[in-house]
Amino acid sequence: MGKRDFKTLQEKRPGRKSRKQKDPTEVQTSAKLLSRKSKTRFAKRLAKKRELNSTEERLESGESVNGKSEASRLTHDWVESDDEGEDTALDIEKESSESDESDGELVEEEDGTDRVESFDEDSEPLDDEYTDEPTEPSSKSVSTNLQLGGGTIETSTPDLESLTARIKETMEVLSDFKSRRDPDTPRGDYLDLLAADLANYYNYNTYLIRDVIMEIFPLNELLEFLEANEVDRPVTLRTNTLKTRRRELAQALIGRGVNLDPLGDWTKVGLVVFDSPVPLGATPEYLAGHYVLQGASSLLPVVALAPQEREKVLDACAAPGMKASYIAQLMRNTGVLFANDASKERIRAVLGNLHRLGVSNAVVTNLDARNVHRSNRNFDRVLVDAPCSGTGIIAKDPSVKTSKSQEDILGLAALQKELLLAAIDACDAKSRTGGYVVYSTCSITVEENEWVVDCALRRRDVKLVATGIHFGSPGFTQIRGRRFHPTMNLAKRFYPHKQNMDGFFVAKLKKLSNDKPKAGNKVEEEGDKVGQLNNNNRGEKRKLSEGGEGKKVKSAKKRKGKSGDKLENNKEGNKEVSGDIKSKKRRRKKKKGDKETKEGTDRLKAKLVMKARHFAKKRNAKRKQMKK
Amino acid sequence: MRPLTDEETKSVFEKLSKYIGDKVSALINREDGDYCFRLHNDRVFYASHNVMKQAATIDHDHLASFGTCLGKFTKTKRFRLHVTALDVVAPLAKHKIWLKPGAEQSFLYGNHVLKSGLGRVSENTPQYQGVVVYSMNDTPVGFGVSAKSTQECRRTDPMSTVAFNQADVGLYVRGEDTLI
Repeated sequence: MGKRDFKTLQEKRPGRKSRKQKDPTEVQTSAKLLSRKSKTRFAKRLAKKRELNSTEERLESGESVNGKSEASRLTHDWVESDDEGEDTALDIEKESSESDESDGELVEEEDGTDRVESFDEDSEPLDDEYTDEPTEPSSKSVSTNLQLGGGTIETSTPDLESLTARIKETMEVLSDFKSRRDPDTPRGDYLDLLAADLANYYNYNTYLIRDVIMEIFPLNELLEFLEANEVDRPVTLRTNTLKTRRRELAQALIGRGVNLDPLGDWTKVGLVVFDSPVPLGATPEYLAGHYVLQGASSLLPVVALAPQEREKVLDACAAPGMKASYIAQLMRNTGVLFANDASKERIRAVLGNLHRLGVSNAVVTNLDARNVHRSNRNFDRVLVDAPCSGTGIIAKDPSVKTSKSQEDILGLAALQKELLLAAIDACDAKSRTGGYVVYSTCSITVEENEWVVDCALRRRDVKLVATGIHFGSPGFTQIRGRRFHPTMNLAKRFYPHKQNMDGFFVAKLKKLSNDKPKAGNKVEEEGDKVGQLNNNNRGEKRKLSEGGEGKKVKSAKKRKGKSGDKLENNKEGNKEVSGDIKSKKRRRKKKKGDKETKEGTDRLKAKLVMKARHFAKKRNAKRKQMKK
Repeated sequence: MRPLTDEETKSVFEKLSKYIGDKVSALINREDGDYCFRLHNDRVFYASHNVMKQAATIDHDHLASFGTCLGKFTKTKRFRLHVTALDVVAPLAKHKIWLKPGAEQSFLYGNHVLKSGLGRVSENTPQYQGVVVYSMNDTPVGFGVSAKSTQECRRTDPMSTVAFNQADVGLYVRGEDTLI
């Protein structure tokens, strides 16, 4: 395939059928497109029409349109040739000319002759005008309406055939970009065109395609992912081992005519249903609590969490209770399970499910999960199945395609960070058997997954560990220039087109100690900046980064004060270090002043760092002496 | 959350003993620890001690349930047993009724048990005795009250009720709102 012109790609002509749907302003185009034969017929018909309706048209002469002048020119040139045999028109030409006839009206003078309205004084000769490829079609082209990075694109064609053809072509160009590109068009334009077409074809909003899906998936997976979102995932069940065994349940359901199989070698409780003559949500086995209808990917966070018997476990966002009941069955009704959800209505679902499944060790609470750690800090394990944008479950809920915007996703990311940090605080690092927090979402965006976990890694004393799930794609350690912690590949991602289950993300964190690292570490704040997608909504972050310097100053000062050889400090006459209130005020004022000049803060920083080092040296030396 | 008063305890145990007889002590002293009854929002919860202690750390407005909810006290202080108590009561049931496969669905919709749907009934069941209703593969599906004693059941015509439906497992789908 040789080099293609980007413009021709964009302005791909719509299919034949959509030409019928043209609006009146496009008469000119179609008149241009007629072959010579049909031009003849067209002209003749017009002439006839004119003769018949001359008087009427005089009265009803409409507004002068460009098309009319063309038509009148036509008649003048071609009206002489009068071939009867050529009167038999093709269907398509009939249709197109009929639509033209109804729209185009000639301007009539009162004396019955036509007035040739030549709008263009330097009009080109007729032959040149009637070329096959229009250089500037009057129909809307993609290039004029393309809005980068947001909103929906208006293309002229709802014609799926041409859309798919154009998608295919753009993908071909992009796959061998060097040789197939149009040298004037940057890659970004091709990608934007592709995004617009895909959004149109699959009914997404452009933001989701361009800035989320195309960022995550390479081109060869892109279509697979989008196609997989159009199809439902297979129905799966989870056996409730508190009441029955998988084999017995399978036998009972097969007895009812259900066609099922074990789900996979990674689970002992999962069953996949191929077809069922009975409604699976209403069988006596379901009502007796022998199984639940649960997606395969929902089993994964609990498998990763691996709760043990007699532990104290928290499920921070439990509704509707599927994962909580799975946790309880793994714990065999021993220990205590806290099933929490912030929504009062959805708590009912949790209650119903837990009771139906025979869970007796659950405490169901209605707290805001961001506050659980204030009262309870000694959980062995915590599961945070955070509320998310749902970009992984598009097959189940197609409204996600059009309803999620960047603000939504970033807002959710902020909430998820709070939830994860609170969950980590609620977990007890000194637990004998546990100290694990599992974070999971049913979304594929990086902002809600790796970014949130990365934030937790920086702000708490935790580390990522292997989830224990041996399949699935690894989490991203870096993507599109943003870098996360190098252990992020221990987290797992699941996709509908790869693992044939809903899109999911699972990360398992081990809490190393109950301490929080001191706020104001420079490395942390930079990491925040790097991890940011967009500074617009993150005014808070900017403040943090500015205040970070101030905070650093404070902590350095505090350190100095604590190491406190007060005599030494006083010797140096350093007002900043002494602990009384007056000097604190002065300190604060100084800080405020320093904020205005970057130089001032830099100097101050350097000073304090040096002083801290100096005192640390002295302290260590003293300790050595004491030991001796 | 508070422990039950004497009167409340009496009415709860009376109700339970209708279904399980004198084995109420078995409910409290179990092999896997001590269990207790607590009252919260007019509902009676049955839970082991450590679960109850953990639940006590949550404040009243935010605690939805803990352990198993046995039932609730009505405004006139009568105790109603809910279907959620099935898993607690069924293992200790004194009198049982088994349903034929065809009658299962009807019972799950809330209908009473007819003689035509009766598969088996335990011996010496007196009339108006609390029974636990099972399906043929021994899964409990609800509570009932026998309308006829075992002897009479053998003699009656197929269309007469032999057990009244008190609570059935179909309520998890039909009456989700009643659970909380």
